[in-house]
Amino acid sequence: MKFQKSFFSKSLVFSSINLFLLLLANFSFAQGTAPTSVNAPTIDGSTADNNMWLGIGYNVLLFLLLCFVIAVIGRILKVYDLTLKMQNKKGMDWNTVMAVSFGVFLLLGLYGAYWEYTVHGSMILPDAASKHGVRIDEMFNITLIITTIVFVGTQILLFGFAYIYRGSQLRKAYFLPHNNTIEKLWTIVPAIVLTILVVFGSITWKTIMDVPVAEQRSALNVDVTAHQFAWEVRYPGKDKKLGLKNSKLYSINNKLGVDFKDHNSYDDLSADEIVVPVNKPVRINLIAQDVIHSFYLPWFRVQINAVPGLPTFFQFVPTVTTDDMRAKMDNPNFEYKLYCNKICGGNHFNMQKVFRVVKEAEYQDWVSKQKPYLSDQLRKELKMAVTAAPADSVTKNKLAFNKL
Amino acid sequence: MATALTVNNPELVHVHNDHGHGDHHHKETFLTKYIFSQDHKMIAKQFLITGIIMAVIAMILSVLFRIQLAYPNTAFPFLQTLLGRFAPEGRLDPNFYLSLVTIHGTIMVFFVLTAGLSGTFSNLLIPLQLGARDMASPFLNMLSYWFFFTACIIMLSSFFVQKGPASGGWTIYPPLSALPKAMPGSEMGMTLWLTSMVLFVASQLMGGINYISTILNMRTKGMDLWKMPLTIWAFFVTAILGVLSFPVLVAGVVLLVFDRSMGTSFYLSDIVLNGSVLPNEGGSPILFEHLFWFLGHPEVYIVIMPAMGLVSEVMAVNARKPIFGYHAMVYSLIGITILSFIVWGHHMFVTGMNPFLGGVFMITTLIIAVPSAVKTFNWLATLWRGNIRFTPAMMFSIGFVSFFISGGLTGIFLGNAALDINLHDTYFVVAHFHLVMGSAAIFGMLAGVYHWFPKMFGRLMDEKLGYLHFWLTFIGAYLVFFPMHFMGLDGVPRRYYAFTEFESMKQWLSVNTFITWAAIMSALAQVAFLYNFVSSIFFGRKASQNPWNANTLEWTTPVERIHGNWPGEIPTVYRWSYDYSKPGHDQDFIPQTVPFSQTLNSNLPHDFEDDPEVEKMQTEWLKKNSPSQEVK
Repeated sequence: MKFQKSFFSKSLVFSSINLFLLLLANFSFAQGTAPTSVNAPTIDGSTADNNMWLGIGYNVLLFLLLCFVIAVIGRILKVYDLTLKMQNKKGMDWNTVMAVSFGVFLLLGLYGAYWEYTVHGSMILPDAASKHGVRIDEMFNITLIITTIVFVGTQILLFGFAYIYRGSQLRKAYFLPHNNTIEKLWTIVPAIVLTILVVFGSITWKTIMDVPVAEQRSALNVDVTAHQFAWEVRYPGKDKKLGLKNSKLYSINNKLGVDFKDHNSYDDLSADEIVVPVNKPVRINLIAQDVIHSFYLPWFRVQINAVPGLPTFFQFVPTVTTDDMRAKMDNPNFEYKLYCNKICGGNHFNMQKVFRVVKEAEYQDWVSKQKPYLSDQLRKELKMAVTAAPADSVTKNKLAFNKL
Repeated sequence: MATALTVNNPELVHVHNDHGHGDHHHKETFLTKYIFSQDHKMIAKQFLITGIIMAVIAMILSVLFRIQLAYPNTAFPFLQTLLGRFAPEGRLDPNFYLSLVTIHGTIMVFFVLTAGLSGTFSNLLIPLQLGARDMASPFLNMLSYWFFFTACIIMLSSFFVQKGPASGGWTIYPPLSALPKAMPGSEMGMTLWLTSMVLFVASQLMGGINYISTILNMRTKGMDLWKMPLTIWAFFVTAILGVLSFPVLVAGVVLLVFDRSMGTSFYLSDIVLNGSVLPNEGGSPILFEHLFWFLGHPEVYIVIMPAMGLVSEVMAVNARKPIFGYHAMVYSLIGITILSFIVWGHHMFVTGMNPFLGGVFMITTLIIAVPSAVKTFNWLATLWRGNIRFTPAMMFSIGFVSFFISGGLTGIFLGNAALDINLHDTYFVVAHFHLVMGSAAIFGMLAGVYHWFPKMFGRLMDEKLGYLHFWLTFIGAYLVFFPMHFMGLDGVPRRYYAFTEFESMKQWLSVNTFITWAAIMSALAQVAFLYNFVSSIFFGRKASQNPWNANTLEWTTPVERIHGNWPGEIPTVYRWSYDYSKPGHDQDFIPQTVPFSQTLNSNLPHDFEDDPEVEKMQTEWLKKNSPSQEVK
């Protein structure tokens, strides 16, 4: 039985050596032919194919070599183990090896986590560039401190226990089925900590998302419409009110489906980028035309989904201008970018828009240069469309825009 | 079949045993033994092997998209050879990248960590650990596997349709998934995805109903609910959770099918796609999100709870200690089950939901952290002053706890609605769930495979290869997912095909390369597992009946794994399954089948809480026989 087993493993080793040599031979042969094909004046498909298979073969070979090395190490360890046993010593104590490995892993892991916190941690977003973002950052830091303490503590306990209480024939484990006091303690303590986090979190959440209606009225309204794979921006005109929209009114010249039965629409402006004045509340009004998108401005801690058929909004106060951020980041080309953060199709990864925060005067200057949404072509088109518009479009508009 | 019908009734079981459970009853052909088997152990193995194959496929998919992320500007000719039109000129097509991400997620969450995990271990362990000859309905059980298998085939077949597999993310939010013209993957691929998932849910329901009825009705004599091992408790609550929440996904999916092919507007309203105005009106995409996450959130607990159960058992056995706070462990499982139904909204904080509702979901979400914390502390306390035996199963269990802590803690950030505004759908989320439910659950599953391998195949897996597998995977998973947190904190969104288009993301390109190599290393490490698994089935060291000196009932069955599990009468259970290292007993374990009358030296007053009479007798016996011993 034993003989059979060792015979089997031997044949396995031999066969793997053979296989290895065979592949090595193949590989060196293939390599020998490779240079000639590279020198060929035109590289045809088959050469490229050859090169590709060569590359794959090379990697497979490397992996097999690695497996072989591991198998050899395994054999050596086994032989070493058997020699120890033949000399009537105790064999390799894998239990201790593993316990020590856990101890080493703990130390390396803690250092790794520290390295991550400091190196990758320094690559994260700068401090929030918005009023509410500062509160989010505070909340984040509190949570980070608490969780880091728990993380380090519990991982030390876990791997520390694994190291300290490694098995031994001399010892018996301590029979401890339960201890109600300590169980109550570690139910109640997390509950209290989480309650604190919930309370502060709720307050922060409510102040961010539940902006009083009066404040919403005084904010600068910007209308953002998302579609595959771009953002369309519309600003209110002198009346500071955005006209209603209705997706059914879509046309080549009226891509947002703005309803010109609403007189607020006439002076609305169309813009290529989003520019907002610093330290003034901005209310981004969102809707999507085709699929769900997400309006994400990480520097301002702003995110809200753009959903077809469901108007949403996010109101916030940007506090750092693009210029100030450029100085702070020491990057003269820095721009705040708007990301799409909800999978929306093939170009999801490149659905961007510049978001500029400027001083009030600069903003007024910029806004005065924007073209009216009601372009000449649209005027021409509307002459006909106004009469053709369905009579019930006003009732439908309720869905199209959440007017205050 | 006779077994299933009679086993509920103890009298009939005896009759049945009287005329033997010999082989002459079951003339098994290859087809009935290995293919259309109704034996729970064989079905468990079918689930396991199918699950492993699916896991390998999903892992290869992940390596493919990791290559894209690491080298967005490099062409790899072999990709074109491998994927054809999906990788023109050796570079992944952006739509196909999303397909890879979608199918990787779907396969891993549903086919590997739900069916592969619950399907394998619920089927294997419920009858064995409860003392039943088979599941309540072996036929339904077989059907459950074949529905699952069909679902797998349909899901994979979507790689062979013209426009490629579904690509709307594993959450398949409409309108992206509802409008075939929105992306190539929303055409035939999405139809196949939806068909596959309906079959999958049917499979899960058949399995779940079977698990529940077996646990409730077919426990052996003496096995009351509070004597069940934690594995069974975990499978039990998982099955309940699945049975209650999976149908909701089907409801959502059926409405989506209607929207796709019958022109209804459940999820569609005010849509202008590529310049054409669609007639749909009045629907809400958010409705789908509610339906999806009503399953989707319980789903992550469906994934993690069986792993928790397996790990609890493996830890107790290998720390040679009773699991600390058995009752607390059970109550926290029940608590998680109940709470998991009312937390789904935390996936939808930034959908524009009512801020008040967001606040409610935030409270429930952070409450669910309490039972999770209790479980973690109890595992730590189980290790404390143990006598730990580092079998590969134990290594993976310790790895499980480590991942569960690391990933669980970041959940506190994401569950906080205010913080979620900036973290939602970033790499922070990717890191979070890959640690807490991806890596942790797969480690629980691997712990289970290493631990119960002898019960499935009668042989042991190689320990050294197990160690190698563990360390490479464990370190690899941390190297892959830990840096992702920081990418998320830099506001890098998930499901981005390349980080090249945004100036601010370019600093992460080198980190991406590093992560990809770590991922490739962990993927190659699985070769050690696969080799170990396959070769041990045929050539592994023969296992003894109870190789781990464990207490639970499955180790009282013969190594040969006969149909009906026990050759004679089903053993009776006298005690809980965690009497490890009990003081006063000569061995460090007392199987559940040993009556208290045989262990008078080690009995504790606590063992007779229900019966003051017996407790008194025991106390008197102790006084008489061992005056030196202190009686509490």
